[in-house]
Amino acid sequence: MSIQNVMVTADVWERRRASVLAALVVLVVLLVLVSLGVGPVRLSPLTVIDALFGGGSDVQQVIVREIRLPRVILGFAIGAILGLSGAALQGLLRNPLASPSLFGAPQSAAFGAVLVIALGLADVRSYALPVAAIAMAFASVFVLLAIAGRNAGILILILAGLAISSLAGAATALVMNLSSNPFVVLEIAFWLLGSLEDRSFRHVMLALPFIVAGAIILFSQRNAFRALSLGEETAQSLGVDVGRLRLMVITGVALGVGGAVAVSGTIGFIGLVAPHLMRPLIGHDPARLLVPSALTGAALLLSADIAVRIIPSTSDIKVGVLTSIIGVPFFLYLIMRERRALAGGVA
Amino acid sequence: MTVSAFLTAQGVSVKLSGRIVLKDISLALSSGHLVALVGPNGAGKTTLLRALAGLVPAEGAIDVGGDALSSLHLSERARRFAYLPQGHIVHWPLPARDIVALGRYPHGATDPARLTPRDTEAVLRAMQATDVVEFSARRVTELSGGERSRVALARVLAVEAPVILADEPTASLDPRHQIDVMKNLRQAADKGALVMVVTHDLGLAARFADTVLVLSDGHLVSQGAPAQALSEQVIADVFRISAYRAEFQRAAVIVPWAEI
Repeated sequence: MSIQNVMVTADVWERRRASVLAALVVLVVLLVLVSLGVGPVRLSPLTVIDALFGGGSDVQQVIVREIRLPRVILGFAIGAILGLSGAALQGLLRNPLASPSLFGAPQSAAFGAVLVIALGLADVRSYALPVAAIAMAFASVFVLLAIAGRNAGILILILAGLAISSLAGAATALVMNLSSNPFVVLEIAFWLLGSLEDRSFRHVMLALPFIVAGAIILFSQRNAFRALSLGEETAQSLGVDVGRLRLMVITGVALGVGGAVAVSGTIGFIGLVAPHLMRPLIGHDPARLLVPSALTGAALLLSADIAVRIIPSTSDIKVGVLTSIIGVPFFLYLIMRERRALAGGVA
Repeated sequence: MTVSAFLTAQGVSVKLSGRIVLKDISLALSSGHLVALVGPNGAGKTTLLRALAGLVPAEGAIDVGGDALSSLHLSERARRFAYLPQGHIVHWPLPARDIVALGRYPHGATDPARLTPRDTEAVLRAMQATDVVEFSARRVTELSGGERSRVALARVLAVEAPVILADEPTASLDPRHQIDVMKNLRQAADKGALVMVVTHDLGLAARFADTVLVLSDGHLVSQGAPAQALSEQVIADVFRISAYRAEFQRAAVIVPWAEI
């Protein structure tokens, strides 16, 4: 085999990845248009495009631009950051079962936000909310990785994650328990289920800066994930500062997940599922999985958010409930597939 | 040793979680040499390799190519030391070519899909040297143990570093593959690299190495040409066995021996 052949095999994968990316972009754009059109007033994609750029009636413009657009932007951004966080954590820990929700990050972020709301420290729309959520998300992932230590197996990580999310859940319950105002409790309970309903541009402004910052940090580390495929020690010998990388990933995940949870409540399992859907299509390279996983995450959350509006029901189904109901069976399927490794065999 | 040592250690000690693993190691190694590091299990061989590469904190002074190791940035260290750990672990089923291309990571080629011609040539040279070009597109997880070890070796050769540190590169390989791996490392040394190999195989050490270092309980107890460093006395003291010794085609032959 010659030098050309070695290069050609690489090109095949590159082309494949490019076409998958293009397909994902088209899918996300379509979902955005559908999502802008779905609701009590149904609008066709063409009407949506028209209204988006200032055409159509005033009512249509208000519906599309002021009521639904913030929801769609949040759906895209939150889905994308969850997909990206999942892919980044899986890359850092070299394990396909890693994800923010299994490690208790969203639950901890929710606790931070709930604490702020219940103590009346701040208005629901102030920046104190995402900051508290981010701080708790950071603390949870940091503690998790500190407990697990270097080169921890996935079993330890998931057990520690279970403990941390249980603790965050219990702490949240305690806050609600101690709260004297039943309306606040009810509001918190619904908010915890995770939803994108009735979100305004205030919410977008609240979450987006953190989500974007988190995404930039995670994406900037992409090549280190590839070197990490050979283990932490070898990655270090190739010039990767593994300690710094860990801190960057924790920070990126905390910023993204904390920012997202502060406006949407807990939306789980997108980070776990998205990278898995991409691996059969574009391969296992952890660096090349980041962007496709983000787009897949966005597509998943946009679809789920469309579904909750279409599924006929007496009261609204929260999108976080739907993603968990789909995500948990998927997680069980992954456990079944990985059980040999989980049982202590060669990972 | 010679004055032109490329890698020197002065009074290097390493403590890992409170236990002294290496004690006062001093050595001076020259380019173009293949150095075998032998010693019983737990003697500190892997730790010495890691300390030399700057992967564990060590007391004492380590100089490489005239610079203090501690003064070198992580990326510069990565260009001077190519490190092959035990086990050849790869966590994702990546194509063999991408694994070898990671050898160019220290040179800034962090994406195997976008290699400069110079990096591509280095990758191909390394793959040809270890004869893995034919499965360049196959996933490493699908390769046999022998094939995977050759891919791992190609990754290390692709760095084209002046120092190669290989930790038991021949472990769990059949005799033919053991000799192939040692031949590759010997070639790298002949082309000017300083190659240091940890091995339990005294026979391979005697056959391929210019210098043998014997480590016992964290101390460097013997060093020199194979037949001298692995004298009857050293083998008896360190390994508590004897050995059949001979010379075949002008190379030292040492076969561990004990009454059973």
